[in-house]
Amino acid sequence: MTTIIETKKKVRLEIDGKTVLAPEGATILEAARAVGVRIPTLCYHEALSPIGSCRVCVVEVEGVDRPATACNTQALDGMRVATRSERLFNLRREVIRMILAHHPLNCSPCPKNGDCELQDIAYEYDLAPNDFGSYSIKTEEYPWKEFSTPILDYHPRRCVLCGRCVKVCKEIRGLGAITMAGPGALASIQPALADPESPSRCVSCGECMRVCPVNAIEERMGGGKGKPWETEKTATTCAYCGVGCSLELNVVNGKVVGVTTDDATGVNKGRLCSKGRFGYAFIHSGERLSKPLIRNEKGELEETTWTKALTRVAREFRRSIAEHGPDSIAGLSSARCTNEENYLFQRFIRQAIGSNNVDHCARL
Amino acid sequence: MTNSIAEIEEADVIVITGTNTTENHPIIAQRIKRAVERGDARLVVADPRRIDLVEQANYWLRQKPGTDVAWLNGIMHWIIKNNLHNKEYIDERCEGFEELAQEVESYTPELVESITGIPASDLIAVAELIGKSDKTTFLYAMGITQHVTGTDAVKSVANLAMLTGNVGRRGTGVNPLRGQNNVQGACDMGALPSSLPGYASVADDSARRKIAAVWGVDSLPSKPGLTVTEMMPAILKGEIRALYVMGENPALSDANITHIEEALDKVDFLVVQDIFLTETAARADVVLPGASWAEKDGTFTNTERRAQRVRAAVQPLGSCYPDWRIIQRLFQLMGFSADYASPEQIFNEIRRVVPSYAGISYSRLEKGGIQWPCPDIDHPGTEFLHAEGFKRGKGLMTAIPYKPAAELTDEKYPIILTTGRIQYHYHTGTMTRKCPSLEILAPEAILEINPSDAERLGVSDGDMVKVSSRRGEISLRARVSGMVEKGVVFTTFHFSEAPVNRLTNDALDPVAKIPELKVCAVRVEKG
Repeated sequence: MTTIIETKKKVRLEIDGKTVLAPEGATILEAARAVGVRIPTLCYHEALSPIGSCRVCVVEVEGVDRPATACNTQALDGMRVATRSERLFNLRREVIRMILAHHPLNCSPCPKNGDCELQDIAYEYDLAPNDFGSYSIKTEEYPWKEFSTPILDYHPRRCVLCGRCVKVCKEIRGLGAITMAGPGALASIQPALADPESPSRCVSCGECMRVCPVNAIEERMGGGKGKPWETEKTATTCAYCGVGCSLELNVVNGKVVGVTTDDATGVNKGRLCSKGRFGYAFIHSGERLSKPLIRNEKGELEETTWTKALTRVAREFRRSIAEHGPDSIAGLSSARCTNEENYLFQRFIRQAIGSNNVDHCARL
Repeated sequence: MTNSIAEIEEADVIVITGTNTTENHPIIAQRIKRAVERGDARLVVADPRRIDLVEQANYWLRQKPGTDVAWLNGIMHWIIKNNLHNKEYIDERCEGFEELAQEVESYTPELVESITGIPASDLIAVAELIGKSDKTTFLYAMGITQHVTGTDAVKSVANLAMLTGNVGRRGTGVNPLRGQNNVQGACDMGALPSSLPGYASVADDSARRKIAAVWGVDSLPSKPGLTVTEMMPAILKGEIRALYVMGENPALSDANITHIEEALDKVDFLVVQDIFLTETAARADVVLPGASWAEKDGTFTNTERRAQRVRAAVQPLGSCYPDWRIIQRLFQLMGFSADYASPEQIFNEIRRVVPSYAGISYSRLEKGGIQWPCPDIDHPGTEFLHAEGFKRGKGLMTAIPYKPAAELTDEKYPIILTTGRIQYHYHTGTMTRKCPSLEILAPEAILEINPSDAERLGVSDGDMVKVSSRRGEISLRARVSGMVEKGVVFTTFHFSEAPVNRLTNDALDPVAKIPELKVCAVRVEKG
């Protein structure tokens, strides 16, 4: 089977016996994915340039002794690549074993359980917790030290040092607010400070948390617990600025517990700012209005029924129209509400009141 | 925006003015940074503050607040004088060039420097850059519009864009970055005192008749209504007696809020529909609890004219109703029928009334947002406007003289106050200040003050200061910072504890009726 990827200059190679025409400059991983050949990955992320730190994506290239990492090896004309063999299986298994010696595999207390790239790979390569001297992990595990922002916790024992978070901060955000530091397996992700006195460059956007494959970076004041299989995701549009980013509200038991994104969707392609990603707690705030209020004889606002509240509003509007004409009433619609609500609001003022005294906060 | 967000990365020159994009539109700022870092685009920032994007900028023009028309005229002066304008484009697509050229003739770089403080050499360099590049995109926001000369400044940006042939092509354009999620949509829907849905004038008989037919009424009012900034004075004059406010908080967001509070207290009947007991709702006679954004279906239209779906993720809290349901009940109680079973039905009526939305449907939006104009169901939507020509025929260039701000500094109030937002909060903080993560990041109002002013006033970083204007005073913490120039201070309007709009000037632009939130004269004292 020959699959053609649209481009001008192409290279022809063979992956697991399939002929691939890949654009010049493509990696082996990209060429393989284009023809539906799956190579396992961990540190690789589609939105980022290849990191090449985990070595899970090793493949064999004919004529080359050492296995190559598919994520950062260029596909060349005439290459013959094998992605599956006993040798590769054992190599990958060993690589994952080394990662798991560092990362606990008692997954049940972890919120990522069931939606975890590391867990999936461990399963695929037949690795179980009793294969290593694992230790206990709890979701409330105290963070090791202060991260680059007070709203995120970093758990060094969960961290697999893949480097995605460092990369996303530099490549996507252009900040470089975090870095990997420390020796070997004891390395960790730390705030990158020019000097200890300088303020963090971190803007708390949470991109690092988004790309973390194992939940080593976590929202400190998140919306509550919920496992991936109990979480319903509703795709919607952010309610803050005019960019209109696409996001998914994660709901467990009728409560919004977090915000995720889809890398392929919308004007933002998975990215969000601090408000979009962390600005959802107001939805369930105890200060929300839940019943209509009406001002009583003592001049205080007290709870009332919808019928009483709306009847009063309609009566006052009618009276004002009768006594002073329709232009004695004005309405302020809202740039925060939907098109449908704005349309209906102006229709109400123009038709039911009979005035053009309708505006909204566009000037503010 | 005339053009699309993605096209920003296709420009050769990106000019941003009056937009602190990193704070207010972070996702767009990322695109600007990326284009500049890749070496594809040169960046010009014109802003009185040393905003984040100044770090990436090839040129930073630091104008004195309120002098935008002067520097824009200065750029055009140099471009015309050196024959860098796009004569072919102007001949073919524009009118008014002679008048514009005559007006800007006196705006020499030296004169502009004396008005704006921008060094003549920088102004010349930027004029050459824009004049010689193929594609320039102009991005702006409230920094140039919230002035008594806001309309003039926007027209000046349009003048410059037309002069250099930068309207109607990919990667160019006159691009306002709209601050609120659905401010574009609210305008499109006719939530404006002089425009019907789709922007036809309320004075246009045939447009009114067409909409009246859809609504099943004989006639609609033809007299233009009042803008938000005119409603409050009208209340104080006794002309407006009842006010219906949905999802707005003028008691904190509007200029000169002491005046607003007087009006809200004076109005005979105030009904406020909101999700929290805002500063405005607390003064109401009746408060109606709306459903939050996460609890309702509908559409928002973003800054690039893209209609996108909003979907309910959870049930409305308590006995809250989505705003459309509440308005529908009021319709019925006022003796009208408004029978909609869902937001989709309302949207389908919008498609009949607003031609640019006719081809957008909920089922099409399932596959992603669509940019208007989208006149029919097979139309893919429109990435950039004016490709074939301007709607009015020829693009109108306007001669615009520079006029100073309404309130100038004097001995008693020697410092200029300018206002804006930070990325962790949104407007009056009604939503963001109820989110612990965001509140921790920015728990209080901060006044940015230049080191030399701070030293003169004996103010150290972190001190509490009192800021007063002719209209009121507030107390807040000072941050000594080079963000602002000597003689200028800045703060945000997110915090009810230090409501900056107690100080701001409610002088209005005569056309847009936008208040001059970006310039007022203040005094700063320690304590």
